[in-house]
Amino acid sequence: MTTEIKAKAIKFGNNVDTDVILPGKYLVLVDPNELAKHALEGLDTEFVRKAKGGVILVGGKNFGCGSSREQAPLALKYSGVKCVIAESFARIFFRNAINIGLPVIESKSISKDVQTGDELVVDFEAGKIENLSNGKKFQVNKLPPFILQILADGGLIENLRKKMSKK
Amino acid sequence: MNITEKILAKASGKQAVRPGEIVDSNVDMVMVHDLTGPLAVEAFKKIGIQKVWNNKKVVVILDHQVPAESVKAAELHKTMRQFAKDQNLQIYDVGRGGICHQVMPEKGHVVPGTVIVGADSHTCTYGAFGAFATGIGSTEAAAVFATGKIWFKVPPTIKINVEGNFQKYTTPKDLILAIIGKLGVDGAIYKAAEFTGPTIQSMSIAGRMTICNMAVEMGAKNGIIEADETTRKFLEGRTKVPFEALKSDEDANYERTVEFDVSKMEPQVACPASVDNVKPVSEVDNVPIEQAFIGSCTNGRIEDLRLAARVLKGRRVKDGVRALVIPASQEVYSQALNEGLIKIFTNAGAIVCGSACGPCLGGHIGLLAAGESCVSTSNRNFIGRMGSTKSSVYLASPATVAASAVTGKITSPSALEAKA
Repeated sequence: MTTEIKAKAIKFGNNVDTDVILPGKYLVLVDPNELAKHALEGLDTEFVRKAKGGVILVGGKNFGCGSSREQAPLALKYSGVKCVIAESFARIFFRNAINIGLPVIESKSISKDVQTGDELVVDFEAGKIENLSNGKKFQVNKLPPFILQILADGGLIENLRKKMSKK
Repeated sequence: MNITEKILAKASGKQAVRPGEIVDSNVDMVMVHDLTGPLAVEAFKKIGIQKVWNNKKVVVILDHQVPAESVKAAELHKTMRQFAKDQNLQIYDVGRGGICHQVMPEKGHVVPGTVIVGADSHTCTYGAFGAFATGIGSTEAAAVFATGKIWFKVPPTIKINVEGNFQKYTTPKDLILAIIGKLGVDGAIYKAAEFTGPTIQSMSIAGRMTICNMAVEMGAKNGIIEADETTRKFLEGRTKVPFEALKSDEDANYERTVEFDVSKMEPQVACPASVDNVKPVSEVDNVPIEQAFIGSCTNGRIEDLRLAARVLKGRRVKDGVRALVIPASQEVYSQALNEGLIKIFTNAGAIVCGSACGPCLGGHIGLLAAGESCVSTSNRNFIGRMGSTKSSVYLASPATVAASAVTGKITSPSALEAKA
């Protein structure tokens, strides 16, 4: 499979929490497409319209802090977010995103040289990010092979199914 | 090694582990609730195995949308009841338990030295009992249902040493707010936070739970406190599982040590909309509020209710303010009834609701309209956390919240007392 993703960036600041990614009042919804209608509603009511067709989210430090709600990365994934790049992640969000097959990548200096609307190309397996709009390239904390395998399988459940059927 | 490292080494069958190492750990207990459980059940069914790995180690607690406030929530509850029945799991249904993080230790599901995961970020609360406990998502909970295992990167540990005696109305909540204010909301990201020192050693289980509960608000993987005689006393009659109270070695490794002294600390308030936006109450004085909330997994225990009742006794909640009191569990509720606390609250004009998460996460009871403010004993004040994205939440101790309910503005409990 290809691990390259190309899309326009939408940038947010530090400490984007799961309550703004998906407010608590929507946690009774179960259909991911319904959740997606409210993605990032707490910060930008226009986000869902902007994300349609595929975007790369760029965040600062501590992206996804707060609740363990997996509905937060699910809402992002189904709204059209192809991958999230941030300077650091809250750990539960990081694991949840990988477990549902949404690539998440840490890059220390990403915020400074990416603006909303820039065209990014990301290869999370090779550990490369390039901003095609200004030619800047970024250092990436490469994901360990077992995490790349979970992403390649489309998430933890498929990964586990494969492992368990081998036994 | 420190306690966190010792627990992870034991759980992964190793002699020793070091920070940064990835381990495959056994899980001693996994918990899901009504908002994270249904997704876990759906994911579990997709794995294609029939039974959970160990039905004595999976606990289901209904506490968020409780009692069901909508047909959608009722459906989620039904899903969880059916799963618990099919798998023969312990379930705490409406009226039988309360908030998951209170029920887990109360009912003996938390044992020192063990690894506990829960599909709720405040699972770190159980660190108060010397357990390694951390939050996970629903899919990962499903994987634990199936395998009884989970991977962890062994975290570096920050040691937080606390000394001094609290002043009359300064509480463990004020201490943890001060700590988060100093370290920041990402100050312990990916790390363990170990709380030590004489102030922690002399603290009640309730206070220790408040401290560890909020470790996640500075990004910590887990908060942890050595189990001791206080822990043993609390667990007596609750769990029959023998436990080993692990202690950090004298030469244990810490990334850094941070010192706090509470002797001159005044009550603290975390202002909107970040938990590290912390100020002493004297600097936040006079902020008008429309709602005061006493409850949650942070501060809904009997000790918290006693403190709030002490402030509210013989006083009235200010006209124009609604005060909500929610005991954290049925056990706490019953104790509060026996002690006459519920009467003090109702006499003061507060509404007492059934044991559940309540307004804390903005899903159910007591939401805020645009432009309204709430002073709350809960743990998060993010934008829109308790309702409208144009509302505000201030976090404080039960004493400060009770005093503020009386005056209708954020008030130090000592200042209220001085007025009387």
